[in-house]
Amino acid sequence: MVLSKASSQSDVSIHSTFASRYVRDSLPRFKIPENSIPKEAASQIINDELMLDGNPRLNLASFVTTWMEPECDKLMMAAINKNYVDMDEYPITTELQNRCVNMIAHLFNAPLGDGEAAVGVGTVGSSEAIMLAGLAFKRKWQNKMKALGKPHDKPNIVTGANVQVCWEKFARYFEVELKEVKLTDGYYVMNPEKAVEMVDENTICVAAILGSTLNGEFEDVKTLNDLLMKKNQETGWDTPIHVDAASGGFIAPFLYPELEWDFRLPLVKSINVSGHKYGLVYAGIGWAIWRNKEDLPEELIFHINYLGADQPTFTLNFSKGSSQVIAQYYQLIRLGYEGYKNIMENCQENAMVLKEGLEKTGRFNIVSKDDGVPLVAFSLKDNSRHTEFEVSDLLRRFGWIVPAYTMPPDAQHVTVLRVVIREDFSRTLAERLVVDIQKVLHELDTLPARVSAKIAATEEHDKNGTVVKKTAIEVQREITTAWMKFVADKKKTNGVC
Amino acid sequence: MVVTTTVSDSDEHLHCTFASRYARTSLPRFKMPEGSMPKEAAYQIVNDELMLDGNPRLNLASFVTTWMEPECDKLIMDSINKNYVDMDEYPVTTELQNRCVNMIAHLFHVPVGDDETAIGVGTVGSSEAIMLAGLAFKRKWQAKRKAQGKPYDKPNIVTGANVQVCWEKFARYFEVELKEVKLKEGYYVMDPVKAVEMVDENTICVAAILGSTLTGEYEDVKHLNELLTEKNKTTGWDTPIHVDAASGGFIAPFLFPELEWDFRLPLVKSINVSGHKYGLVYAGVGWVIWRSKDDLPEELVFHINYLGSDQPTFTLNFSKGSSQIIAQYYQFIRLGFEGYKSIMENCMENAKLLREEIAKTGKFEIVSKDVGVPLVAFALKDGSRYTVFQISESLRRFGWVVPAYTMPPDAEHIAVLRVVIREDFSHSLAERLVSNIQKVLKELDELPPRLSTKAAHVTDVTDETQKGNADQPHPKKSAMETQKEIFNYWRRISDMKTSGVC
Repeated sequence: MVLSKASSQSDVSIHSTFASRYVRDSLPRFKIPENSIPKEAASQIINDELMLDGNPRLNLASFVTTWMEPECDKLMMAAINKNYVDMDEYPITTELQNRCVNMIAHLFNAPLGDGEAAVGVGTVGSSEAIMLAGLAFKRKWQNKMKALGKPHDKPNIVTGANVQVCWEKFARYFEVELKEVKLTDGYYVMNPEKAVEMVDENTICVAAILGSTLNGEFEDVKTLNDLLMKKNQETGWDTPIHVDAASGGFIAPFLYPELEWDFRLPLVKSINVSGHKYGLVYAGIGWAIWRNKEDLPEELIFHINYLGADQPTFTLNFSKGSSQVIAQYYQLIRLGYEGYKNIMENCQENAMVLKEGLEKTGRFNIVSKDDGVPLVAFSLKDNSRHTEFEVSDLLRRFGWIVPAYTMPPDAQHVTVLRVVIREDFSRTLAERLVVDIQKVLHELDTLPARVSAKIAATEEHDKNGTVVKKTAIEVQREITTAWMKFVADKKKTNGVC
Repeated sequence: MVVTTTVSDSDEHLHCTFASRYARTSLPRFKMPEGSMPKEAAYQIVNDELMLDGNPRLNLASFVTTWMEPECDKLIMDSINKNYVDMDEYPVTTELQNRCVNMIAHLFHVPVGDDETAIGVGTVGSSEAIMLAGLAFKRKWQAKRKAQGKPYDKPNIVTGANVQVCWEKFARYFEVELKEVKLKEGYYVMDPVKAVEMVDENTICVAAILGSTLTGEYEDVKHLNELLTEKNKTTGWDTPIHVDAASGGFIAPFLFPELEWDFRLPLVKSINVSGHKYGLVYAGVGWVIWRSKDDLPEELVFHINYLGSDQPTFTLNFSKGSSQIIAQYYQFIRLGFEGYKSIMENCMENAKLLREEIAKTGKFEIVSKDVGVPLVAFALKDGSRYTVFQISESLRRFGWVVPAYTMPPDAEHIAVLRVVIREDFSHSLAERLVSNIQKVLKELDELPPRLSTKAAHVTDVTDETQKGNADQPHPKKSAMETQKEIFNYWRRISDMKTSGVC
């Protein structure tokens, strides 16, 4: 008699994912694995690794939208397999982009007649938009200098040291010199007078920021315009202005409609805005708008022939998804002017709640202004015992991501923490954040004892060699590093909600 | 007694969407509307307009992926609110990108040790990838010339006239001269011999294409490498090669592993590939890989203090979604080498089926090769009665989007139809397409009467012009010219891309 034993290995496909062998193997990192694995296993494995990413909605570092209505999510998912650049095949999607361009151009008071089409394009973000705008300025300037018979090999751009990194990228990749107006303690945006002083005949444009990354301030574009107009009259150089309204472009028109910063100022020739910041769309969309046709040299535009009509295109990227363009249109018609206004007002109020809560602790200086992008930038009144970086690290334990960073030259000694108020940062969350900050401060206050113990330990260690005299800053840094490591090791226990 | 009447306008939000006033008003086009509208209405309105877009899966013009598994769709949706560039906040997503870079680099036989990290980056598409690669070449060349004390103001790049439009963009935006090797009838890719002839001391690189947009052919990179190595020995210019493997990069390694086109060839310094073509991910992800650190000038890499931590970055775009990167990693581990190989084999078989059936009609000449990207490009044997543009136009009625193109110089007289075989183009769809093409041919065969009227019309116009200019010499129209006029007439009517081919 033969006793047959049932094979203990039943068909692999019916194993529950976590019982299957796929979760026992190490995930490939350097080479594509030889074999396929079931889709449920692949999906689960990746999903699980991603649980250790930060929670986007608690990421208070970013301006970029982290929540949209489910109806819009549905539209986005339905369009995820549409390659935006196939204008022939998806004429409606192309038209939606054109409508968005026109709506935004009108929002910025572009001097257009009623039936006139605006000049602009959808991009992947403000970086691409800025590069396109910069390219247009560079080419226009080169053509002008060639016509005058002057050298055109040393273009430069004047901007504040507070610019976002994409301006530095533009300068480096497109071989334009970046002339930065340095900041000063207490003045963290570009000074219009100093900027205009720096303008020379090789300046292709002056770039002003509406909504400085670091403290949310709106630069005074009107004063810049007035001063630059005077200088242009004297020099005849005709230097134009570009406004980087990445954050502010979808705030100022709703909260401060009287503020003149856009095409109402004659020297402003192009504006960029991020659809994925206060345009309230997920990451991946920006807009570049030009004042009119003359400001966009024809030679930069590629012409694609579709449906018998000419579709001019001027972008760096070609194939890309259509979802964000559709989502932007959804938001513009769903919310309308009143909807955006309500949301921005909410953000401002929540920013006030946070600001007042922080002021009440008595431990912070508020560095951001009330007017501007709804964010709160604050630094410790006394950072000799603990730094803003420590506060930032400890807040991570609660799940909050609040970044700390130093200001650019010449204010590098100033460190700030910055909380960005987005649409989905409610008052309850603001109050909870204040409570958690207070907890963190309380904890840090109990640390001094441990700090001196660390100092003692460090000194002992150097007994063999020469006594190394450590400055207060060095000791502080060492302690900070030690704590950062300590906290980082604890980081992984964060539960994502 | 007061009789109260109920208000006839019940609360707005109770109205069914299509009964509400939102469906009656014209949608704003130029200006933002003043007031908000309910989300259901906004959703429905936008959804309905979009119904008039083409169906992505029937879009046979594009290489870009139009279908992914539902499990992947879920991962994509879950990460749609993650801004990829926040590396500090999303370290796992960042690591997934790095893993993809390494996997692709190894697929391309990059000469790194088993545990060494490869140099590369995820981009929004091959356009950005190519611009970054081109920038690296330009900067390296400039540095080399400066060191030699030679002029560096006139860089150029040598490539075939069959390049995709993004190379022209790169050249125009970054001020590099584009030297194109012209095509000729029957030879629709870059001739390595002619290319190497065109190389001069200002050439920053020679760009070869693995998977030409128009016919799917692979250029002979090995031969190019050999000829260029010889020339470099004689001149000492050290001209490198870039391979634009936008389509072919995810096909050749699986179907033709012996084909030497990648880093196995010493002069190849960088390669770009589209994740959203045969990488099998939705639109929005590309990859560029460099051979080694030396091929990517350090000055182009930015180290920024972004949101509190140091990050090295070399991309044109900054904020963007994370979904496609995660989807790319999903595909790599889900499919593995065998999975990609099976899918590519399927595509090639479906392409073969389509090719044979189209050849069987007897009306077409197959212009694409058997070895290459799975697509079928075909031209009419007899283009005098009707053109491929008309066929393309008529096929739209059935829902198919099959584009018709003219070849670039010097083969502009050749016009082809091109069907791209993607992962989701099954055997049954191939058969259905052939059957529809046969229907269309039959219809067009019955057209001749209409066409001669058109030809007559064209000649009449010419006569009128002549009458008006009695003293002008009589322009004799050759058969070719008439054909060209009709051709152009139809071209204006139907959709057509020339250099905007993707």
